[in-house]
Amino acid sequence: MSNQGVGACALRKEDDRLLRGRGQFVADLRLAGMMDVAFVRSPLAHAKILGIEIPAEHRGGVFTSEDLTGVKPIRAVSGLPGFKVSVQPALAEGKIRHVGELVAMCVADTRAAAEDIAAAVRLDLKELPAVHDMLQGRAAGAPLLHEAWGDNIFLETNVEIDIAKALDAPIRVTREIRTARQCMAPLEGRGVVAHWDRRLEQLVIYSAAQMPHIVRTGLSECLGLDHGNIRVVSPDVGGGFGYKGILLPEEVALAWLAMRCGHPVRWIEDRREHLTAGANCREHHYVITGYAGRDGRLLGIDCEATVDSGAYSSYPFSACLEAAQVASILPGPYDFPAYRCRTYSVATNKCPILPYRGVARTGVCFALELVLDAIARETGLEPHEVRLRNLVRPEQMPFDNITKKHFDSGDYPEALRRAIAAIDLPAVRARQREGARDGRLIGVGTAVYCEQAAHGTSVYAGWGIPMVPGYEQATARLTPDGGLELRVGVHSHGQSMETTLAQVAHEILGIDFAKINVVHGDTAITPYSTGTWGSRSMVMAGGAVSRACREIARRAAEIGSWLLKTETEVVVRNGKVIGPSGSVTLEEVARIWYLHPQDLPADVNPGGLEATMGYKPARDSGTFSYAAHAAMVAVDPETGGVEILDYVIAEDGGKLVNPMVVDGQIYGGVAQGIGTALYEEMPFDSSGQPLASTLADYLLPGPTEVPAPRIIHMETLSPYTEFGVKGIGEGGAIAPPAAITNAINDALGALGPAEVLQSPATPRRILEAIAKARQRPPAGAAQGSAGERA
Amino acid sequence: MKPSAFDYERPADLDGLIALTRREDLFVKMLAGGQSLGPMLNLRLVQPDLLVDITAIPELKRVEETADAVILGACVTHADIEDGRVPDATGGALPRVACGIAYRAVRNRGTIGGSLVHADPAADWISCLAAIDAEAMILGPSGRRAIPIDEFMTGVFQVALEPGELVEAVRIPRLSLGARWGFHKISRKTGEMAQAIGAILHDPARDVLRAVIGATESVPIVFSGAAPLFSGSPGSGLAKAFDASAAVRALEDSGITDAVDRQLHLVALKRAIDQAARP
Repeated sequence: MSNQGVGACALRKEDDRLLRGRGQFVADLRLAGMMDVAFVRSPLAHAKILGIEIPAEHRGGVFTSEDLTGVKPIRAVSGLPGFKVSVQPALAEGKIRHVGELVAMCVADTRAAAEDIAAAVRLDLKELPAVHDMLQGRAAGAPLLHEAWGDNIFLETNVEIDIAKALDAPIRVTREIRTARQCMAPLEGRGVVAHWDRRLEQLVIYSAAQMPHIVRTGLSECLGLDHGNIRVVSPDVGGGFGYKGILLPEEVALAWLAMRCGHPVRWIEDRREHLTAGANCREHHYVITGYAGRDGRLLGIDCEATVDSGAYSSYPFSACLEAAQVASILPGPYDFPAYRCRTYSVATNKCPILPYRGVARTGVCFALELVLDAIARETGLEPHEVRLRNLVRPEQMPFDNITKKHFDSGDYPEALRRAIAAIDLPAVRARQREGARDGRLIGVGTAVYCEQAAHGTSVYAGWGIPMVPGYEQATARLTPDGGLELRVGVHSHGQSMETTLAQVAHEILGIDFAKINVVHGDTAITPYSTGTWGSRSMVMAGGAVSRACREIARRAAEIGSWLLKTETEVVVRNGKVIGPSGSVTLEEVARIWYLHPQDLPADVNPGGLEATMGYKPARDSGTFSYAAHAAMVAVDPETGGVEILDYVIAEDGGKLVNPMVVDGQIYGGVAQGIGTALYEEMPFDSSGQPLASTLADYLLPGPTEVPAPRIIHMETLSPYTEFGVKGIGEGGAIAPPAAITNAINDALGALGPAEVLQSPATPRRILEAIAKARQRPPAGAAQGSAGERA
Repeated sequence: MKPSAFDYERPADLDGLIALTRREDLFVKMLAGGQSLGPMLNLRLVQPDLLVDITAIPELKRVEETADAVILGACVTHADIEDGRVPDATGGALPRVACGIAYRAVRNRGTIGGSLVHADPAADWISCLAAIDAEAMILGPSGRRAIPIDEFMTGVFQVALEPGELVEAVRIPRLSLGARWGFHKISRKTGEMAQAIGAILHDPARDVLRAVIGATESVPIVFSGAAPLFSGSPGSGLAKAFDASAAVRALEDSGITDAVDRQLHLVALKRAIDQAARP
């Protein structure tokens, strides 16, 4: 293996600019005549707009929905039966449905001046009762967000498979479990710069977006513009995590403004907007019952899941992205015979819930893995033993589980055994029995998940959302000096694809890694793609790059064999076309094709040395990467503080194109998972006001809260993909809340039957669980808790 | 968010500063380290007409040692104290507290005077300096005066400064060699504001036994004579003699009824006392 190809820990090409502070993000753009936009946002969660009063001196610089004639609202419809459609105008029309909703757009020379104008605009609002909680929203008589619906349910789904057979199981444990509403908190927020190019008659949108082609399609629909009149450029982007896969009302509004006003306009999301008006995700509620035998064998799972979908269905993933997936992915990597799951996607007076790394999986993993630990306590078995008795076994692969998910390959029990060995369970149990000298309680927890990645046409067609991925395309172009340009429609914003896709190309063509340039993030120069989401890019764009490079190799071989005057088969390797008695470099082939065409054969392929090829895996139901996480924690029973003492991950991502990059993805994901487990929460009051409006209130883990996780790699190839790769981008963020909370509950076991059943496991929730276990409910303690309604 | 427009002055001496603070026609805010004021400006929680940057005035960075005290100018930074660039008369208490304030970047710019005047109940200095019985040295239109720190903060973000007055320095009493102190902060994570602070100073040679329950919803609870916190003589061992009932009563009197909050405050105080008692 070369040190630049598939499997090499090549250093990241993008780091040269990013680590020197030379990246170019949306907020770095300086266009002549550019003006700044600030929005008037709703201060209330639910209200009728009676009037918008614009001071006379600011007329002309303030725009409301009345001005945006011809702009269509965002409609993200799912084809699933019973889905109710929401209509999200770019600027609110008549009614406001969440705090932070855009009401008016103010333009000025600077952001500060635009904010001055926004502060001078007066809203005359009639406040309506708010739906501040998903269960309240489901209840009869709740205020209605979208009156025509008659209720607040975007979508209800129901799956039932032989559940009756499980009901008389000897062990049944029921838990009510909640996950907090969160914000994705990438380093860079959203941002848009828009202008109208008069020469090309083109709206040019620079947006911090992970799916630029989808933004273009969405804008085309909302603005009534042809695709040819829109170009979306997504420059360097400081992390996406799903939030940047969404078409924003801000993008629609700025696009309209740029077309109207004749100068570039800019909006850069600030952290308060990010937290309170945009980037919400993750809020789930479960009532879940596990049925098991005394031997710990699962006999069935019965669940009612509710997802707080917020006010609108977002484009393109829709409002049922989470809840509709919950029913199909809740069984995870476990093999059991009976199942029932009913899900509700509930409209509430909060910002729309958007995809976030691990979409829905973090929640279902939390719910199921907590129940598995509860079953372990009932049976007296070690929690990992219960899992080993129920995980899908390697000899069952490929395996269709109870919800017809098709597992491509893997040895799940082995991953768990390796994680348990690495955390040294017997030593932890011994330490636990001794008790820590400082009075803290030691606990160990595990969680196993599977991550379906790069699932394609067959999966999404059934879901019927505005976006269905098909073949992924890549363009490969040998340049006249023998370099290689790769053009891909996915976007890299932390995934290291400028490096890893170059490794794939190097693997096939042998061109020096330094001379391979990955171009992405511009709809004008890249093939159409749904973009970067669903841990799909390495499988899909990697596959497309390999196909395009193989085509380039084929064409270069034709020219090369002419130059080598050979009739026998030639091969392309190490940047050369190699014949039986000599070779010619790809550089020479390219030079002749571009600069000395007189030396080419008469019947040369006129397609030349540029090829666009499409790719889909042999089966498009997705790759299944997976991992077992094991955490050891110390819990301070006096303060509720948690320290993670050790964290182990045994993961299998198929063939790893760049193991160092995979480690980086896992570290970052685990850091976010620790945030979900212990810190991150966006609470709301009963009027629907978000209560964490700055990072002083919305806590993110920092370097001192994130331990150095130990990673153990397994590489079970996928039988369906190029090189056997699997998508791994999201997995790190899926299991930590479950593993850490199980570890906390394991620690609290020393005090009695104490369980934390809500993420994040804050000191308050831990202290309340302890107090409950000691049967003396602390007076007044319930007040701050949103959880444990049961 | 961006601040609303304001004027900016950076006077070079105290006279220039006093002239600016006397402007009654303007809403004047003084900027020292700006670590709290900066975000508040950006969030438009304060919208001054004039921002007076006081960091160029040599007198406000002055350090003076006397037989019984160290006087630190208001613009001495947390990092100055942490790194020992200014003298310490507290047996290491101040540097220890300083190194736990927020993050290093904040400590590089944040000042002791700025922190006191900002009067955030969850900040470290207000509780620590109340326990040590420091004084705020105030300069105003009518001259100089000094107030004990436990009288200086009057409420959340409120202090006992008259119009035109500013904190010029903080007077830190010199502790005896045998003095014992403890300071314990409970916060959600490193660098975060405190949820509870416990502080204690036992300096028998000067007949001082003070304790503080800080990071409450309001001003810190100061036990200037902390003997009621202990049953029997504290001389026999602070940790063993600690009796929580007086602290519980004080918390109740301060309106802290939430059981979890109360527990955290008691744990912080107890751990501060344990620390002071440790050999």
